[in-house]
Amino acid sequence: MKTQQLMQGNEACAFGALYAGCNFYAGYPITPSSEIMEIMARELPRRGGVFLQAEDEIASISAVIGAAWGGARAMTATSGPGFSLMQEGIGYAAITETPCVVVDSQRWGPSTGQPTKAAQGDVMQAIWGTHGDHPVIVLTAGHVRDVFEMTVAAFNLAELYRVPVVLLLDEILSHMRENIFVPEPGELEVIPRSRPVNGAKPVAPFGGPFIPLGYGVRFSVTGLAHDDWGFPVEGPPAERLLRRIVEKVWSKAREIARYEALYLDDARAVVVCYGIVSRPAESAVEALRSEGLKVGLLTLKTLWPFPDFLFRELPTTVEYVLVPELNLGQLVREVERAVGGRARVEHLGRVDGYLLTPEQIAGRVVENLGRRV
Amino acid sequence: MLIHTAAEYDRYLRTQKLPTVWCPGCGNGIILKAFIRAVAALNLSQDEVVVVGGIGCSGRTPFFLDFNSVHTTHGRALAFATGIKLVRPELTVAVVMGDGDSVAIGGNHFIHACRRNIDLTAIIFNNMIYGQTGGQLAPTTLPGRRTTTSMWGNIEPPFDIVRLALGAGAGFVARGTVFDFEQLSEILGQALAFKGFAVVEVLTTCPTYFGRYNSNDDPYDMLHGLKDRTDPNEATMAEKLPVGIFRNEPRPEYTELYRQLVEKLGGGGQR
Ligand SMILES: Cc1ncc(C[n+]2csc(CCOP(=O)(O)OP(=O)(O)O)c2C)c(N)n1
Ligand code: SF4
Repeated sequence: MKTQQLMQGNEACAFGALYAGCNFYAGYPITPSSEIMEIMARELPRRGGVFLQAEDEIASISAVIGAAWGGARAMTATSGPGFSLMQEGIGYAAITETPCVVVDSQRWGPSTGQPTKAAQGDVMQAIWGTHGDHPVIVLTAGHVRDVFEMTVAAFNLAELYRVPVVLLLDEILSHMRENIFVPEPGELEVIPRSRPVNGAKPVAPFGGPFIPLGYGVRFSVTGLAHDDWGFPVEGPPAERLLRRIVEKVWSKAREIARYEALYLDDARAVVVCYGIVSRPAESAVEALRSEGLKVGLLTLKTLWPFPDFLFRELPTTVEYVLVPELNLGQLVREVERAVGGRARVEHLGRVDGYLLTPEQIAGRVVENLGRRV
Repeated sequence: MLIHTAAEYDRYLRTQKLPTVWCPGCGNGIILKAFIRAVAALNLSQDEVVVVGGIGCSGRTPFFLDFNSVHTTHGRALAFATGIKLVRPELTVAVVMGDGDSVAIGGNHFIHACRRNIDLTAIIFNNMIYGQTGGQLAPTTLPGRRTTTSMWGNIEPPFDIVRLALGAGAGFVARGTVFDFEQLSEILGQALAFKGFAVVEVLTTCPTYFGRYNSNDDPYDMLHGLKDRTDPNEATMAEKLPVGIFRNEPRPEYTELYRQLVEKLGGGGQR
């Protein structure tokens, strides 16, 4: 029989990480992510993993990257102010192709903002927060069970693509409790860490599978532009490196995309949502459908690389796309770009720290489509 | 094994990466050599040593050494090294940093590493200036000295890295100079063998910037200047800067305490 459990979002994140084999956590306390850290502090030592309370978020992400190079499946969790401090490390993880997971439970910002109020204001920062062109994968979740699954997905994608993966939660999801079926061991796929094969000819540590250091292949790891053995380069080899590490993610948008599509076939309007807003969006779309309105729902769980293809392939019946977000307009710009003028795209933002309601979302759709069935 | 010949040193160098990026006359090469000698004397295998560098002229050291090399971000070398050592306590981890790297931007990580006592060896190349970025003021620049950002003479008091490390609780604290190679390699050896967080401040020379802006850029004179400024026989912190080992007192080490904790909780299986 499947185990049912009343779980908090942050708990699901911590247990999802452990399910995925996370054996290193370093972090610095911050609302609304602290429970993830507290659970890791309790669970990791008794499972033989390593927990470290670092002196700040810069040290946290740096230790996570160091641990990954030591061979660990490593993660950290934080919220806006700490996420800002981690950008330096995220860039280093990107250029060194270090698999690691960074959870950002978003709170209202900028700055200290409203620590206990939810927002989706870190979307662009998650994608573009560190300087320079760079690869990163950004995931999100809307339900507690989702948080568990997307945390496992984050570890898998980090491993597969050798990139830092950012999982965006928010204050509401982090702290809400839901009864979920906890995945059984083996139920979700877990992609293991590659290990150097004993006795095999050493292969270069960059451009292929990840090799932890200290297992007999001596190379260098650096944030400088580097060759396949980690030694500094300039000019065309630097360009080749940048194009390779960016392309390895951007060209795989289809494979990396996690999403749910509902009622799209005959839809005249589509609500595009992600994260905690998927909940009122689902209710809104269900309500409108029950009234006979042809409204579809697209729930994005991968925000980056942006799944352009979903929008290119929208049915031609779609004339209106609504993007409700807890910000003043972030992902909507990507949606607009991907829709490319084939339908009217509109943003619905809420930034008082509270969640959009199904009525607000449904109301906006009706304002635009009318009650016409 | 005590090594002497060029061929013996070459074994530990990535000779195809030479010459180093350092200016002619820079003191850093002497530290590089003393480090190799210390590692060789301890018979450490190259595969079990990790050298982690920060950003700066000094931070480039790992590229020339044939160990597991990690070149990190400015100020964070100790934090990266912390992650490595926590998951791989069997490796010997040395961290090479500049003075700006370790006690300006990395000051927070430095004092916490001293306090936390993870078995790392921090080697601080103190040239009293920011070399890599062209000779700006460092938190170790002495009063009155000129740099590109203190051209009228420095009015800030400097950190004494040894006292800082002692105050923050490091178990092994020493100071050497590039003038005294023998003493330096001896200190580095003891630091590497020390079980716990070890700090070695190495007074080194930057003729290109510090020397030039302070009216003597002759590398030989600068080396002798270090000799005149320091006193190996002095146990107290008097007029001259004392050099030698100021503390060598092992205390419970973090990765060992952590291992005991895991054992107590019965979690030894994973890792
Ligand atoms: C976050 C950040 N800030 C600034 C720099 C620029 N920078 C590179 S090296 C350096 C200082 C180097 O001085 P020091 O640490 O004393 O080492 P040295 O070059 O003298 O060996 C600075 C400020 C950087 N790389 N990263
Ligand atoms: S700038 Fe100074 S510290 Fe840097 S390599 Fe040249 S002499 Fe050495």
